[in-house]
Amino acid sequence: METPILDVQDLRVHYRGAPQPAVQDVSFALGRERLGIVGESGSGKSTVGRALLKLLPTAEITATRMQFGETDLQAATEKQMLDIRGNRMSMILQDPKFSLNPIRRCGEQIAEAYLTHFRCSKREAKERALAMLEAVQIRDPHLVYDRYPHEVSGGMGQRIMIAMMLLAEPRLVIADEPTSALDVTVRLEVLKILDDLVREKGIGLIMISHDLNLVRNFCDRVLIMYAGRVVETLNAAELDRAQHPYTRGLLAAQPRIGGNRQPLPVLDRRPEWSQPMETSA
Amino acid sequence: MKPVKVENLSMSFGMGEAAVKVLPDVSFEVEAGECFGLVGESGSGKSTILLCVAMLLSAWSGRISIGGQSVRDMSVMERCRNLQMVFQDPYGSLHPRQSVRTALSEPIRIHKLGDMEDRMAQAMTDVGLPVSFLDRFPHQLSGGQRQRVAIARALILEPHVLLLDEPTSALDVSVQAEILNLLQRLREEKGFTYLMVSHDLAVVDHMCDRFAVMQRGEVTEVLGRDAILGGTATHPYARQLIEASLAYENAM
Repeated sequence: METPILDVQDLRVHYRGAPQPAVQDVSFALGRERLGIVGESGSGKSTVGRALLKLLPTAEITATRMQFGETDLQAATEKQMLDIRGNRMSMILQDPKFSLNPIRRCGEQIAEAYLTHFRCSKREAKERALAMLEAVQIRDPHLVYDRYPHEVSGGMGQRIMIAMMLLAEPRLVIADEPTSALDVTVRLEVLKILDDLVREKGIGLIMISHDLNLVRNFCDRVLIMYAGRVVETLNAAELDRAQHPYTRGLLAAQPRIGGNRQPLPVLDRRPEWSQPMETSA
Repeated sequence: MKPVKVENLSMSFGMGEAAVKVLPDVSFEVEAGECFGLVGESGSGKSTILLCVAMLLSAWSGRISIGGQSVRDMSVMERCRNLQMVFQDPYGSLHPRQSVRTALSEPIRIHKLGDMEDRMAQAMTDVGLPVSFLDRFPHQLSGGQRQRVAIARALILEPHVLLLDEPTSALDVSVQAEILNLLQRLREEKGFTYLMVSHDLAVVDHMCDRFAVMQRGEVTEVLGRDAILGGTATHPYARQLIEASLAYENAM
């Protein structure tokens, strides 16, 4: 296997004052692939994403290894992190309504991302931003550039976020529930754009989601998290063959179009679930 | 068990030239004991219809009736006995400083129903929560438990119609399954009429007999459940929505 973009061993995140760590024993390596992290709310999936970018000032992050390219993320200073965030590793958040600055024009915010990381003129940054808006299939980039976030729809807002995050051509993008705030009809469109760009540019993608359908369709590999631990790792195509009772429970609990309308099976949570499965040889 | 009839409902926000017509002219009927879905993109007016039916918005014109009686002519007391609403976000719809007991006892007191303890215990049992939870506060409950309390609060006045505004979209898949099962069981046991807003066609297919597809405030088409897989939708937006949902499910 090629050298991974990101290699994490035994990641453990402990929020200050919490009785137990929010995340423990999480290990994975990511190449140029699309990795999904699935779990219910509170399972620690977003915490993993934030820990990678060191966006958790109130938590203690430890790991035996946290290597991102040539950088050891654990040893990285805040100054180094500022250079990494948005440049080599970036994050797309759930709701564009909250992640865009409401009182600045969309385009300026994209250009700002470029100006922060590259020495260039404002004009050049604007051109890059416009080109990127076009790359996320916005029909009239000039019009959207001058709009405020409240003047664009949710799907367009999320495309603007994608444009902003991919502008610096990062090596790794963490998408934290990128489409949960969008309508089904728009959702696929936005995912397609993200997917195309990630493939085209050879970017590693971590897709954090609670939606099994989404990761099944848009990821190569899936980590399933429960109570702060990874309970199972599967190829997305083999999700149906999941072994862990929690994964199977999640799959069964999902209503299906054309289902038999019998009461849905519900999870019967067991304490031993928080242990990873014995991997059979 | 009463039918709901919405005729020529129209509604705008704002005045004069700045007025925005949210619902141009909406008509549909829900049979007694039916589960009727409203689907459509965000901003298409699904929730606004529920707010109009519940008279939480009153500046509409047209006629909405429950069991033949116009909701406008009902007194507040009467209206509350006829319809109740369950909101999307259980974190926002319960008063953070009121215990479950306070939330459930208030309607009983206002309506002077008596047997307060028995009614509260019954409502808690109906939604599958232990009676001891009456003394808990919302922050001591999980999301699914909160939504159960919100449903218990809707049940306590024994209404005929339940208006469900995305009752599970703030919940995890595993918890969503519990709430959907609960809603299904309650409808079988008590024969409620449900008017349910959802953006998830899989949920609608699981719960509803018929559903209306909405776009820009208009009901483009009322479809039966079988139209999703049968492909009998005719309106372009309805087709697009169904296709997107099926593609999303990847035809499992």
